[in-house]
Amino acid sequence: MLSSKASSNSHGQDSAYFHGCQVYDKNPFHEVENPTGIIQMGLAENQLSLDLVESWLRKNPDAMGLEKDGESVFRELALFQDYHGLPAFKNELVDYMSKIRGNKVKFDPNNLVLAAGSTSANETIIFCLADPGEAILLPTPYYAGFDRDLKWRTGVEIVPVHCSSSDGFRITMFALEDAYQRAQNLNLNVKGVFITNPSNPLGTTMTKDELNHLITFAMDKHIHVISDEIFSGTVFDSPGFISIIEAAMDRSLENTDIWSNIHIVYSLSKELGLPGFRVGMIYSNNEMVVSAATKMSSFGLVSSQTQYLLSNMLADKKFTSKCMKENQKRLKKRKKMLVSGLKKSGIECLKSNAGLFSWVDMRHLLYSNTFEAETKLWEEIMCDARLNISPGSSFHCREPGWFRICFANMSRGTLQVAMRRIKDFVERSSSSSGIKMSCPQNVSSLSKKLLSNWVCKLSSANGDEQER
Amino acid sequence: MVATISKIATGNGHGENSPYFDGWKAYEANPFHPTDRPDGVIQMGLAENQLCFNFIKKWLMHHPEASLCSAEGVDRFKETALFQDYNGLPEFRQAVAKFMGKVRGDRVKFDPDRVVMSGGATGAHEMVAFCLADPGEAFLVPTPYYPGFDRDLRWRTGVELVPVVCESSNNFKITRNALEAAYEKATEANLRVKGVLITNPSNPLGTILDRDTLRSVVKFINEKNIHLIGDEIYAATVFMEPEFVSISEIIEEVECNRDLIHIVYSLSKDMGFPGFRVGIVYSYNDAVVSCARKMSSFGLVSSQTQHLIASMLSDDDFVDSFIVESKDQLFKRHKYFTWNLSLVGIGSLKSNAGLFIWMDLRKLLKEKTFEAEMDLWRVIINEVKLNVSPGSSFHCNEPGWFRVCFANMDDHTMEIALLRIRTFMLKHNEAMVPGKLCRRSSLKLSFSRRRVDDFMSPSIMSPHSPIPQSPLVRART
Repeated sequence: MLSSKASSNSHGQDSAYFHGCQVYDKNPFHEVENPTGIIQMGLAENQLSLDLVESWLRKNPDAMGLEKDGESVFRELALFQDYHGLPAFKNELVDYMSKIRGNKVKFDPNNLVLAAGSTSANETIIFCLADPGEAILLPTPYYAGFDRDLKWRTGVEIVPVHCSSSDGFRITMFALEDAYQRAQNLNLNVKGVFITNPSNPLGTTMTKDELNHLITFAMDKHIHVISDEIFSGTVFDSPGFISIIEAAMDRSLENTDIWSNIHIVYSLSKELGLPGFRVGMIYSNNEMVVSAATKMSSFGLVSSQTQYLLSNMLADKKFTSKCMKENQKRLKKRKKMLVSGLKKSGIECLKSNAGLFSWVDMRHLLYSNTFEAETKLWEEIMCDARLNISPGSSFHCREPGWFRICFANMSRGTLQVAMRRIKDFVERSSSSSGIKMSCPQNVSSLSKKLLSNWVCKLSSANGDEQER
Repeated sequence: MVATISKIATGNGHGENSPYFDGWKAYEANPFHPTDRPDGVIQMGLAENQLCFNFIKKWLMHHPEASLCSAEGVDRFKETALFQDYNGLPEFRQAVAKFMGKVRGDRVKFDPDRVVMSGGATGAHEMVAFCLADPGEAFLVPTPYYPGFDRDLRWRTGVELVPVVCESSNNFKITRNALEAAYEKATEANLRVKGVLITNPSNPLGTILDRDTLRSVVKFINEKNIHLIGDEIYAATVFMEPEFVSISEIIEEVECNRDLIHIVYSLSKDMGFPGFRVGIVYSYNDAVVSCARKMSSFGLVSSQTQHLIASMLSDDDFVDSFIVESKDQLFKRHKYFTWNLSLVGIGSLKSNAGLFIWMDLRKLLKEKTFEAEMDLWRVIINEVKLNVSPGSSFHCNEPGWFRVCFANMDDHTMEIALLRIRTFMLKHNEAMVPGKLCRRSSLKLSFSRRRVDDFMSPSIMSPHSPIPQSPLVRART
């Protein structure tokens, strides 16, 4: 009766990543009102610098009040639905994007297409580049939402590029070639490779070498490179961030074909902490892609009210500089707090310099080197330690035992509580009494279901994580 | 080599390469402005509602917290900025559900938990198509219909549209025969029909579906066990009797499988807020609500806008007065416009809703062909300098009809448009055989072809747009 998209679970939201959030929603931690509730550490939000944005707003009421020089611009904005976007907004966005890249790259506002969040931007770029049944290579571990954003309605396949801890999860040429070969074996036409840089969930920026491998690979195979750079504003430590475009420029590839095969996705949801405003974008030097994506953006334009507010905010260069600097400082500090807190519990993190999370190594806490054990551990941490963290399997990590833990979406006090709970949990786990907890029925049955889904996926198609 | 891109991206499914560009190009090249370009082309191809902005502005001035810019408002900024839950702000859903009820005279109640957000009605339509049909399946759509449906329902979804042909002989009513004929045609073409899409009030007709027709359509879809999508985005633009009847009311009256019923709504027309991208899918089918919610991630309404709308639509006094004021303004404008047209011998389909009229210029065609319709239309862009939309772009089966918008301009611009028409008709009548003033004869009104919806032309300017680098106003038809 309904479409197959509606009747199946190809929306990809039956993963622990999403279900964890649902369990959290039923018993959310609150310092005062619910101090024993579950602490949300599964949401990559940045709440650390919103006070700066708030104070800007207090000093600039016009921008929110839809006024310009005392005159209401309400009518003009209410009517403005041009899918090219508010020119002032796009001009500010390209300046801002350039600033984040140390002004080493200049962007043209005519090559920028707005979308309703990076969720919409990612789906749109795939609609533009690949037909149903074609494939995109995607390094693991990758953001759980990509199963929905890149595959669900587009009908495009994802072929994972296996990255392993022995390489620090770096993307190697071997891994790329291997993935490409697997795609060929499955008769899938590969249209591009999709990277997230800085990486979610790893929190690392790609090295020059990695970027060069990628570009060489894409040139060799005549495929696209899509670089999701939505965390580019969250780089708080060295090494600095290198955008794919910068890497291409360093090789003087501007007048070659690959220049038209490189596309960037960006959003204001992460470093500015404005996910609710739904501001995403695609940047491409490929005219046809820009043209098609612009038309498609009709399905998810950015509210003119929001475009107006943010064009004013980004136009205040003093503010954006201050915000960037302060944000980096706070993220660095907060990450350090998480890492040292975990270290006290005997837990190590992957060395990272960006993002709103750490990629945490809990392999030693597994009762066996299996995803079953990982799911059990996730369940225990949810029910006993009362922390919602995201298991690596939901990011399609090949090795059990890794977890993504977010640190920027809570107060310092809450993070301290979380660290204490982890410490207690680890102590209890290693003591003879072990973990005594009764998980709510929905969590245990859920984890069984998730495990069976995951195991099925692992065993399908020549033992690869090829999934639909 | 440059890697290939998708078929969707390279094809014409976006619908913007249709031949009906001349009018828009002419407008863009020379847009009317009362002082800067008094001889420019007047835009009458844009179904926007600009008649109540002053009314709304007054409310905004008295409610700064709605824009999050008062001291109290800014305190809510953080939670609003972070809010990306695809369920939407509860107060937003409640306010929208209440508003939808009020627009239907509170004859039905809408459940806030069935309100799903989308990126404007454009996003809503695509989302519904994705939920209900697979690539290669089809929806039946009565003609004439909004050209944007060709893109919204088909482009990225791969779904087909099969027209249900409606005739002027019975004022374009949707008959059971027409529905059956379309269904059969689809079946013969090996297309599996998944549903019927009706627009009520109709774009481009400006009429509402009467109770009997609605019942007949509901009966039809029930018998065939297919979906009914009711695009009711013009619901609050009904400015005159007969009263609007929503399918939400019909299903209370007739036996019906509610899992088949879905409504698309938006604030772009009723309130005049196309820029805020507030689209809604309201479904009586739980599985569709669940699926649509997940899909709404691709086009959520900005939380900043949700907050504004929630504040505005929760104010019962404002909403009640707005609905009355809006109807009043539309009624006046419609009456004035149609009466002046009739004075020069131009008739239109009797209508009581919408932001446009369906103008009847059949008698002016040199011959009963669509080529003649296009000729008629092309000439006028350059002579009468009006951009209106020819019926063929709405898939009308009969040449000679044109949609003309009247609510997207101020009084002054309306006067100028009417003056141009009058002048043209006088000139035309002088050239005719003396004493023979045919009512709708050879008016060489070539109305600029209506471009399919969101046409990007970056130079489209709203006549009174004070923002520097005037934003390009691009609207749904």
